[in-house]
Amino acid sequence: MTAPAHQGWFDRRGWRDFIIAAPYAWLVAFFLAPFVIVVAMSLARTATQSPPFAYLPQWPYVRLDSYGRLFTDTLYIRSYLVSIRNAAIATGLCLLIGYPMALGMTRVSRSTQRLLLMLVILPFWTSFLLRVYAWIGLMGTNSWFNRAATAIYNALVPADWAITSLHMMNTNFAVVLVMVYSYLPFMILPLYANLEKLDLNLNEAALDLGSRPWQVFKDVTLPLSVPGIIAGGLLVFIPASGELIIPSLVGNAADPMIGRVISDQFSIAQDWPMASAVAVALLVLLVVQTVLYSYFDARARAGAEQAP
Amino acid sequence: MNRRPIFLIGCLAFGFAFFYVPILSMIFFSFNRSRLATVWGGFSLQWYGKLFDNAQILNAAILSLKIALLSATLATVLGTLAGIALARFRRFPGRTLFSGLVTAPLIMPEVITGISSLLLFIMMAQWIGWPGSRGFTTITIAHITFSMTYVTTIVQARLQSMDMSVEEAAMDLGSKPWQVLKDVTLPIISPAILSGWLLAFTISIDDVVITNFTTGPGYTTLPILIWSKVRLGVTPDINALATIIVLVVACGVGLSSYLLGRAERRRERDVQMAIAANA
Repeated sequence: MTAPAHQGWFDRRGWRDFIIAAPYAWLVAFFLAPFVIVVAMSLARTATQSPPFAYLPQWPYVRLDSYGRLFTDTLYIRSYLVSIRNAAIATGLCLLIGYPMALGMTRVSRSTQRLLLMLVILPFWTSFLLRVYAWIGLMGTNSWFNRAATAIYNALVPADWAITSLHMMNTNFAVVLVMVYSYLPFMILPLYANLEKLDLNLNEAALDLGSRPWQVFKDVTLPLSVPGIIAGGLLVFIPASGELIIPSLVGNAADPMIGRVISDQFSIAQDWPMASAVAVALLVLLVVQTVLYSYFDARARAGAEQAP
Repeated sequence: MNRRPIFLIGCLAFGFAFFYVPILSMIFFSFNRSRLATVWGGFSLQWYGKLFDNAQILNAAILSLKIALLSATLATVLGTLAGIALARFRRFPGRTLFSGLVTAPLIMPEVITGISSLLLFIMMAQWIGWPGSRGFTTITIAHITFSMTYVTTIVQARLQSMDMSVEEAAMDLGSKPWQVLKDVTLPIISPAILSGWLLAFTISIDDVVITNFTTGPGYTTLPILIWSKVRLGVTPDINALATIIVLVVACGVGLSSYLLGRAERRRERDVQMAIAANA
């Protein structure tokens, strides 16, 4: 971009300083500073005082005990793995359900597309908590949904295995199901944005040249939609792996996800340094994902620019 | 392609059933006579009546609205400034850190944002004696912080796609800088600012986790109240409350998309008429 011939409205000195300084100062005070405190807290030790932490009185002042416990106490490794597993399964299921939906949305008339798009976004505007609540009602042992699912199960398995109701609440199955339900729009929207831009003439050409429809999908549509798949996958995986509300309401307390471990360590066990260390470990996981995402995103963009 | 994609239509039907059956089931059981929220016992409006008698729920709703209105407005101001800074100033000291600070809250898990904000308020109370107690102010500050970056993302994208020569033309024609801002730039980015405000408002009024960590005694927002009730189990009065919330949201979204669509069509028509008049 070349320099403008003259200054814009935003370029007066006082203005410019204010425009930068006001949001900058706010974010440093209320986002960066708290984060620094969490990192510092993870290097302290638990103490029976208020607030419940202390540093060593002499050099090196800090301790790495909390990080050591991350690797020795199986609770933390387990919750880390449970989080990654639940988030990965939820992401895979979102892709499985969301991909054909996004593809289907590109094959209907313009006005129907607009309506369907609104129907995808609408649940996102209603309360997250209430969407979880809706499933608590459905999964309970007396609900019509559970009885219907039980009936189907009993019809499929030998009579000896028949059960009175499926155990759904407070399991990792429930956590994954509700995560798929809550995060499906995040998968559909980037996929739809990507698939909608694809040139249908390519499909026509492949069909004319004798490809079968599923071959067209495999060789044309799917490779071209990889950027959408990556974007949607990370938009689901990142919030799912740090999720707190869903595992707290429908999850198994004996087999918790990492978000719940952080919250319980902080509020119930009052072990602030440990909660901070787990938080830092979770952030490392998320930062790695984000860096991977920007790498793939940049590569996809570069590829798109090279194409004629 | 003339073939009906039957498989894809089937997937769409399944997907939208998955989206809406739980919500419809929740609405259906709000009219249940029985205390058991999931076993039908006849039609009744008693849970709606109980809801309007409940001062606790009303107070929580008012508190949530106040916090959401205030935090969304301040977040929009700060977020818009940050968006302008990132879109228009290519170089200033600490720009890399600044753009990092704008992106980070988007991927930060809420539980970490909540705990770190709480730690900050505890430390500030120790060091400078403020805030003396947590409540309205601390919740609002935390909400502004994590919703302003959404506003920034939207406004920044809009500014970057905007044609700068319009501003330059106005300057050349003798407009003063503040006139350019008022008459050219703000009207062009106002849809982005409006969507940013709506998003910030929704995020604030829906938030449980961050509010839970930054609130104090006596400050129960609506989501916190629902959260504490839901943890105890399913009760029909929450179904009634949920039904009202879903209806309000659906009407709001329907109305705003209708108005936005109408404004869009009108603008397209104006542009076409202008082109036709000049041809």
